[in-house]
Amino acid sequence: MQVAPSETPALNNYSPEVRQQLFAYVLQLADTSLILGHRLSEWCGHGPILEQDLAMANIALDLLGETRSLFQYAAELEGQGRTEDDLAFLRLATEYRNPLLVEQPNGDFAATIVRQFLFDTFHYHCLVELHKSPDAQLAAIAEKAVKEAAYHLKWSSEWMIRLGDGTAESRQRLDKALATLWRYSGELTTPTATEQALQAAGIIPDYAALRPAMDAHVAHVFGEATVPVPQGVFMMTGGKEGRHSEHLGYILAELQYMQRTYPGLKW
Amino acid sequence: METVEINLEDQFQARIDADISIEPKDWMPDAYRKTLIRQISQHAHSELVGMLPEGNWITRAPSLKRKSILLSKVQDEAGHGLYLYSAAETLGASRDQMLADLHSGKAKYSSIFNYPTLSWADMGCVGWLVDGAAILNQVPLCRTSYGPYARAMVRVCKEESFHQRQGFEIMQTLCEGAPEQKAMAQEALNRWWWPTLMMFGPKDADSPNTAQSMNWRIKRFTNDELRQKFVDMMVPQAEFLGLTVPDPAVKWNEARQAYDFGEVNWEEFWNVVKGNGMCNQDRLGARVKAHEEGAWVREAALAHAKKRAERAETQAA
Repeated sequence: MQVAPSETPALNNYSPEVRQQLFAYVLQLADTSLILGHRLSEWCGHGPILEQDLAMANIALDLLGETRSLFQYAAELEGQGRTEDDLAFLRLATEYRNPLLVEQPNGDFAATIVRQFLFDTFHYHCLVELHKSPDAQLAAIAEKAVKEAAYHLKWSSEWMIRLGDGTAESRQRLDKALATLWRYSGELTTPTATEQALQAAGIIPDYAALRPAMDAHVAHVFGEATVPVPQGVFMMTGGKEGRHSEHLGYILAELQYMQRTYPGLKW
Repeated sequence: METVEINLEDQFQARIDADISIEPKDWMPDAYRKTLIRQISQHAHSELVGMLPEGNWITRAPSLKRKSILLSKVQDEAGHGLYLYSAAETLGASRDQMLADLHSGKAKYSSIFNYPTLSWADMGCVGWLVDGAAILNQVPLCRTSYGPYARAMVRVCKEESFHQRQGFEIMQTLCEGAPEQKAMAQEALNRWWWPTLMMFGPKDADSPNTAQSMNWRIKRFTNDELRQKFVDMMVPQAEFLGLTVPDPAVKWNEARQAYDFGEVNWEEFWNVVKGNGMCNQDRLGARVKAHEEGAWVREAALAHAKKRAERAETQAA
């Protein structure tokens, strides 16, 4: 195979199999940020107060930035000449690999915060480790993203506490959001076959090793929020393998509308 | 007593005439304060409501790059809203009251945001034309007599001119693209041209506040002067893009060294101002809904802050 001069040297070291796995993994990370960013951007102009409109747009923008770096890298790994936009706008729902959590509807502000907090806890701790990946490109993307994720986690943690230890109504709404969304938190750290292979190869972190730090953070925030950590909840999975909830189709219909209507054009 | 009042007014006007900025603690005529509160809060409300027509396309932007730019722009607008509310607060207005006035329909926002965004090209037109008009309005405001407003506008204008270039770039990409993209651009221009001309407000003859605002150097140019500048700036840009301005009367006037142009549909303008535009109900409805549905969030934040403060006090004791 002819290697393009712009290609990172590290890519040559991977077997086709690992390269394929890495492509699938990077795509999964990109899908995740894209879909959550999409959800947050739906809040635009509809937030509870201007400062939080701004914060949510800010987080959505960070996630979208991370998405673009990841898709660009995925396209490079794939080596088929697809672009970030091809990967975002021209794949089917069954080809999307985001975990179920991030495609859940915004609901009320409490649901948005719970979804964000559960994701941020994983995202931050995962990026801290991913930053040490021997894959230079992944490590570089993680290095940039972890600074943003630290900010996101601070924001969502503080809101968990405000809502949990706020008024009776905010507490009741937070409880309801947790009852709905907690079941999607397990998938984040349940490795797929691809992730297991990359974990075994030492390219991505072992999620089991992330759990103590994640659990400690959750316990701390829930403690401050005076909310008990849910126990014994059945965990839904499937998103990371392309088996989604019914929500994703609608997201993609909206997200992909322009590219599907006017294929192959420059914008 | 009366002579003192007159002296204060005279001193105030002398400062204005000498281009010395007025600051929050300075004496100012009540009418000056009220006019500024009205204008700055209306400006802040416009930033807030203005997030909606563009927010409408974030989830549908045709590329990830365009989506990022649009998100970043809307985020800037929220920031502009915050600067402006702060500037208005230096005059003694409260943000809660200003928002209540917006929600009740008592306070206005720019008429332009009552037009719907129907295609992606509208994001180009909003940036190119609407932000272009806003900049013409706002650049002179960087020298407006009230210091906090002028300083807010300096910051706003920097970001706004960036948005405007981005909007033009969207239009340019469309116009250099496929025939259906060019058609999309022309169709959007057809819808946005006249509404942007209306952004400068009624004709000078029908603008009762202008003379006083000019005297106080809140305004530096009249509505008609700015509208003329806008047309003179935009017609060549439309030509550059290969687009046609939807006004058969547009014609270069050699004697005036300016473009002649047709009459704005003032009936439509007043209808939109009075709440009868395509999106008035939706825009205000969305703002009121966000505010009402967000009440419990704001209450929770306050309740939590209070609990924290009390706990800190107990610990200190």
